[in-house]
Order: sequence, then C-alpha cells, then structure tokens
Amino acid sequence: MGGKFLFDGQPVPFEDGQTILQAARAAGHYIPHLCWHPDFPPHGSCKLCIVKVGGRHVSSCALPARDGMEVESDTPEINGERRALLQMLFVEGNHFCPSCEKSGNCQLQALAYELDMSSARFAHFYPDRPVDASHPDVLLDFNRCIFCELCVRASRDVDHKGVFALTDRGIRKHLVVNAESGRLADTDFAVGDRAADICPVGVILRKRVGFAVPIGERKYDEASISTVAMEKGE
Amino acid sequence: MDSSLETAADREQLRRVVIDPVSRVEGHGKVTLLLDDDDHVREARLHIVEFRGFEVFIQGRPYWEVPVMVQRLCGICPVSHHLAASKAMDRVLGVPVTRSAEKLRRLMHYGQILQSHALHFFHLSSPDLLFGFESEVGKRNIVGVAGAYPEVARQGVLLRKFGQEVIRATAGKRIHGTGSVPGGMNRHLGVEDRDALRAEIDLMVEWSRAAVELVKRLHRADPALYDEFGRFRANVMSLVRADGAMDLYHGALRFRDADGKILVDKVPDQSYRSLIREQVKPWSYMKFPYLEQLGPDEGWYQVGPLARVQNCDFIPTPLAEAERREFIDHGRGEPVRATLAYHWARMIELLHAAEVIRDLLGDGDLLEGALLAEGVRGNEGVGIIEAPRGTLIHHYQVGDDDLVTMCNLIVSTTHNNQAMNTAVREVAHRYLDGRKLTEGLLNHIEVAIRAYDPCLSCATHALGKMPLVLELADAGGEVVDRVVRD
Ligand code: SF4
Ligand code: FES
Repeated sequence: MGGKFLFDGQPVPFEDGQTILQAARAAGHYIPHLCWHPDFPPHGSCKLCIVKVGGRHVSSCALPARDGMEVESDTPEINGERRALLQMLFVEGNHFCPSCEKSGNCQLQALAYELDMSSARFAHFYPDRPVDASHPDVLLDFNRCIFCELCVRASRDVDHKGVFALTDRGIRKHLVVNAESGRLADTDFAVGDRAADICPVGVILRKRVGFAVPIGERKYDEASISTVAMEKGE
Repeated sequence: MDSSLETAADREQLRRVVIDPVSRVEGHGKVTLLLDDDDHVREARLHIVEFRGFEVFIQGRPYWEVPVMVQRLCGICPVSHHLAASKAMDRVLGVPVTRSAEKLRRLMHYGQILQSHALHFFHLSSPDLLFGFESEVGKRNIVGVAGAYPEVARQGVLLRKFGQEVIRATAGKRIHGTGSVPGGMNRHLGVEDRDALRAEIDLMVEWSRAAVELVKRLHRADPALYDEFGRFRANVMSLVRADGAMDLYHGALRFRDADGKILVDKVPDQSYRSLIREQVKPWSYMKFPYLEQLGPDEGWYQVGPLARVQNCDFIPTPLAEAERREFIDHGRGEPVRATLAYHWARMIELLHAAEVIRDLLGDGDLLEGALLAEGVRGNEGVGIIEAPRGTLIHHYQVGDDDLVTMCNLIVSTTHNNQAMNTAVREVAHRYLDGRKLTEGLLNHIEVAIRAYDPCLSCATHALGKMPLVLELADAGGEVVDRVVRD
C-alpha cells in the first residue's frame, strides 16, 4: 500500500515495510548512519541516524515509515546531536587520523567532516586496547572500534562463523574474538570473509596494504560521505 | 677537546642565569650559565627540558604504518622521518626500490631540504645576521627583515613555499603526507604538478644563488666575527655517495677528524651500530653520541651542512660545486670550523637542492614506471638519510606478525649535542665572561645554538611546539628579566 511522508518539508513516497532511512535514500535524501548497512537488517545502536518525528527523536534506520509523518533531519538541532554522538565516539576510542591507514576511507572521519566536527569537545578516555596481529592476512586494531557490530553480524549471518562478539557494557564494552585464546589466528576467519571488508572504520585491516592508495584517490577525498552514499549506494 | 666549562667545581656558590627556553628553536631547550661574583662564566650547559619516548608509540604498531606515524616527531622536517622510516622498512621487506620510486623520494627529500633551509636561514637566522646580535630585539625577526630588506624576505618566503609544493606534489599533502611507503611509493608526479614546478624552478635556482651571495657578503663584511665566532675543533660525520659525492638521500657513513683527515669511510648504513655509541650524562636528557673507536671524550662529532659540505669530495651539481670550492678555499687548507659558517654551508646546500630538483623535474621516470617491488622479507632494517639538520638514523626490528618489536632513532640534533654544548661554552667564554649580561649578550649564545638549526622537538621526541620566551633568573631561580617573542 505505502504512502507519503514529509522529509524536511519535502514529500517522500514509501512502500510498506520501508524504514524512514530506506525511503528517504530511495528518494535521494541522505541520512547519516554508521551501524546501518544496505546489506543488513537495521541494528539501531549508533544513533547517528536520528531524526525528529512528532517531537520525538527516533532512529530512522529502524523506524518504519508511516503515512503523513513529518520528519526533520537536516536541522541544526539534529545535526548538533549527531555531532555530539560523533564526539563521544572519538573520545571513547583511540582515533588518530593522521597516522591511520583508513584515513580518507573511514566513515567515522568522513562523517566528522560532513557534520563539521572541529574538536573532540569531551575528555579522551585513552582506553588500552592492544592490537591482534596473530592472523597472517588480517590485523585487528581495536583502538578504533565503534561497536557497530557489522563484523559480528556479517561473520554470524553471512559467513556463518561467528568470529566476533561484543562483551561487557558501558565504558568497558569491547569487541572480542571467539576463540579460547582470544586470537584471530585461532579462528577459521579468512581474508575472503564478508566480515573482513565490512568495518566502517579502521579495525579490520588487510595486512601489508597500509597507505597504498595515495591521498587524492581515497573514497572520501573528492566527494563527501553523503555524495558517496547516494551515488554509490554505500 | 675542550669541556672545561661543562661542570664547575663549586657549583653551589655560583650565580645562575637561565636562558629558557631558547627562542626561535623548535622544541624545549634551555641554557644555564653559572657565574661567579666577578661575572666570570664557570659553567655553561645546553639542556633539553622535556622528554617523551616516541619509540614506545612505535613498538607494537604494524610496520607499514611507521613511515606515516613518525612524521608526528617533527613539525618542521616530517618528510625526513617519513623517508628514513621508509628506507628502513625497504630493508625489512628486502626490496630493491624501483628507479621511479627512488627518484620520487629524492624529489620529495630535496624539496624538504629546500623548504627547511629557507625557513631556517630567512625566518630564523637572517634577523641576527642582517641586524646584528645586539640589535633592537623587537625588530630582530622576519617582520623586521621584511621591512628593511623586502626582497630578501620575499625570496625566502617563496623559496620555502616552492619546497612545500614539491612535498605536496610527491607526498599528497604539505604535512602528514603518505607518498613514500615501505618498498617504494604510492604515486607518480602528476603532469600538471611537474609543469607548475618546472615553470618556477629556474627562478628558485637563481634565488638560491642570491642566498649564497648574501651569506658570502656577510662573511666579507665582518670576517673577524664570521671566521671566529664559536670556532672550535670537531670531527664530522655524514653520508657520502660511493664515489665521494654529496648525497643527502643515500650513501655510506664517513667520519673526518678535526684536521679534515678521513677517519672512517664507506661504512654501510646497516652497520651504524658498529661505529656509534651513545653516552648518557646526568644533567641532560639528551644522549651524547660518539665514534666508538675514539671514545666519548674525543669521539664526538658534528653533523649537518657544515659537516656535509666538507665531508664529501664534491657536490654533483655545477653551481653548488663551484660554491663548495670557494668555501673550501676560504679555509686556506684548514677545515672551516666557525659556527656561523653553518649558514654559508646551508645556503650552498639550498642551491644544490634547487639544482637537483631542476634536474629531476626533467626526468620522465617521475611520471611513469613501477612504484613498488617485491623482496624477501627479513626482520630488521636501518634507514639513514641526511635530513636538513644532519644525519638521521631510524632502526627497526619487525616480528613475523608484522608488528614493530624494536625501534631506535638517533636524530640530527642528538648527534650535534656535544658540538652545540661546546659552541655555547666557546661563546660564553669569549663574549660573556666578566661582562654585565644583557639581552644582546645572551643572544650571542642563542645565535650559536641557532646556527645548528636544532630541532629539539625531534631530539626529545616530544610532540608539539613551545612558546618562545627568554628569561633571566638569579641564583634563587627568581626571574629577573623576561622577553617574549613570537
Ligand atoms: S570492528 Fe569495525 S565492524 Fe566490528 S564492531 Fe568494531 S567498528 Fe564495527
Ligand atoms: S544507523 Fe541507525 S542507529 Fe546506527
């Protein structure tokens, strides 16, 4: 049956079962997101996709569109909240863009540019998260994990291996590898897995690639994340 | 060699003067002088105030990240660290770097030499040299130079900018670029960038010649000062190409003694540890390297432009080579040892860098050709480069899991530690001893240190810069005078 809702004042059609985010994208409107991925069901954890509907803040990646809704997304208020969420993500992990090989290809960094985040604002946690270099082909640098669980879902639902999991809560939350030793080398993880290419930030990295792509040719060098997302469907 | 002013016998009875921190020098440093009641200098030391181990950051990181990460060591010569680390990692990978990749790295490096030497001479040192060490302090800066000698200041600014453009075109960014990677490069030079640089390079060569002329004119105008200020005997060290040519990107280690005699030659970079030891002194965080065969007292050495110009047998570009010959002739058979001759040597290198860049820009290998090669992976590598300030050593061990297990860095300023201390003592002894101290007299000490273009932030592996303040303190540590400069 479907219907229509207003997105920042513009009519957006939707089909039954579509979320606000899906319908908005289909109509050419970008909504920031980190834990949502077009190939996976909504997860609703990062809250970057918040929009305002009838005075309430909701996750647009999870909420089904309804006829006649009035959705506010690209407003100073909502973007300010998204910026604050990003700032918290930056201080919770150890994100040092100038020496990170994911720089220029990282969704967290690209969103920070998109939303004009100019400082960290909060005090850094500087958590201690040692890297796992045990696997011959893939390095895990947990310093940059934002707990989107895309790798968890990809490994479980697509690769059927269940290599990754989140453990602990709140400030102690962290990503673990499902092996007695806790080491990636002791799982059946392989470089061709879907989970090997899913991380939106710089945690799951193919070894020995590093800075092979020069500045200027990286994903977000020329186009902003909203443009890339809408044009390439990413 | 003279170290009589290193430690005074009756330290507690002496009056203390602190120059803190040394201004127009990158990083955190201070000089302490101990004076007796008759204003005689009894002790003079250059200290590095802060220390943060950068090596610890590197250990446990994947090797391919290191050439980018080490650029955090220094805001002035990040490219030197970028390339030294890349060269070390080439060895770890066992890669023979391709022709195109090496030429691109050379272009990047000589761009760095050009921008750093221009910055140092025009922005940091020319105010002292053009106006005099005791000139009005408020005018003794690049703004003052721009007012009195607008053309000199303009050329200095544009030379630096050109060097930065070379870096951007090869590394992707002016700072924190990524162009050089373990095993080669990740980009060619773009045709538009090549053409834009080519359009300006002849002018840069011409201005570099003018810069050498300017230094020579200063020497001629006041030979008593330029030939004597901070003059002392020292060994020198630098990389030299296999045929004896100056080569700032790659070569083998050569030492000469204070008479100019070759002590050690053709030592491969991978074997630096067989030559150099580092001594620790209780009053300084910065180590004191020395040539092992001579021991710590006799084995210390100078690095940087003054060392390089006299350590090589020739400079492989014609204009700079002609200048080198004139410089050598100036010594009348003796090595040129005066501290201010660093500036002259530095401008000869500036000219050399401009000539090298000009030649490279005509080379088609920059635009195409393989950038990466394969090799047989090992676990250890040393990369040595002649950075603007002198020899820079990066040494790593890498585990089979690709993480760095050991990192040792010896930066140019550390090599020059003893030489700078000796310069401070020379100048303190000769110019300050027995006189009422003034800002202008204290500036003599800074002029001597500044001639080395020390980068204390590199040397201490500290992150960030400092405000530029000069303070005089009395025996109780109380500040009696304070000058702030930007
Ligand atoms: S490793 Fe990457 S994909 Fe997995 S939870 Fe962390 S940020 Fe998400
Ligand atoms: S994208 Fe909707 S909560 Fe993460």
